[in-house]
Amino acid sequence: MSDNGEYLKILSGKEAGIKIVPAPPGEPCAVVGRDSIRQVLDHCRYDRDLGFNMLVDMFAVDYMGEEPRYEIVYILRSTKTNARIAVKTRTGEEGIETISDIWPAANFLEREIYDMFGVPFANHPDLRRIYNPDDFEGHPLRKEFPLEGKDFDKPFVVDLENE
Amino acid sequence: MGIENNALISGVDWLINWGRKNSLFPVTFGLACCALEMMVASCAEYDIARFGAEVFRPSPRQSDLMIVAGTLTKKMAPVVRRIYEQMPNPKWVIAYGACASSGGIFRSYSVVQGVDQIIPVDVYIPGCPPRPEALLKGIMELQKKIQKETIKDRPLITLPGKKSA
Repeated sequence: MSDNGEYLKILSGKEAGIKIVPAPPGEPCAVVGRDSIRQVLDHCRYDRDLGFNMLVDMFAVDYMGEEPRYEIVYILRSTKTNARIAVKTRTGEEGIETISDIWPAANFLEREIYDMFGVPFANHPDLRRIYNPDDFEGHPLRKEFPLEGKDFDKPFVVDLENE
Repeated sequence: MGIENNALISGVDWLINWGRKNSLFPVTFGLACCALEMMVASCAEYDIARFGAEVFRPSPRQSDLMIVAGTLTKKMAPVVRRIYEQMPNPKWVIAYGACASSGGIFRSYSVVQGVDQIIPVDVYIPGCPPRPEALLKGIMELQKKIQKETIKDRPLITLPGKKSA
């Protein structure tokens, strides 16, 4: 397998301010500023030389104490050339713009990040919780969230009348 | 000398309990990996039909046994409670596996720490997951429990809306 580094070179030619970081062979990784992430991902999806037509996964990492706090990682794959690429960016509590119009798969993945980390996605068509109940308080994958959550020592009550 | 010691009532009790314990219809319902062991118990190798419990009903309204097999999350809890409420009396519940009995390994914000917090449980079966034999043993224990009941505690006919054991 080639190291797919040529895709990073193409990507760097299209957009300024892309930082290339060390990564294992075959999995190139680019770090992008928060404001240009949408343009970069749009290039990745639609550019003739890149053509990453599949969003494999998208997730967040909580670096508590650092600023900006959350890292959003996009894993892309081209079904034509079989190439992989990872694109990373950092954002704070203010959130980031949605890419669910570029890859519809991002719709649920962004909802998951919103549910678990509380990072909002601007212009998302349906930004609700996806795993936790709608009335859940807090965001469980944040570092400050206690594993057992709130009221763990109290009995769990189901109120069917107010469901 | 109360009504429960009457020889006639005892005979009727015995007959009704005999009928109930040998035709336990479980509701088709599984939450996690324990459900696969429950399915195995209903296949030919373990043959839950020997205890009259092979008819997994597709509707809670035709069932009288709920086998809660698997991890009960807090998001799923209202659904399970609703299925339980939809079952007609008389009804029994088996908590199948460590997660259903106590929350198991999931000491976490998202998991109910035992289904007995939301519905009354008759038999707990430990294990992660328990073997199908354990489910058969649990059903036999439930049959013993049913045989000891009286129609005083669990009426023959329950009117709609009336709360029962």
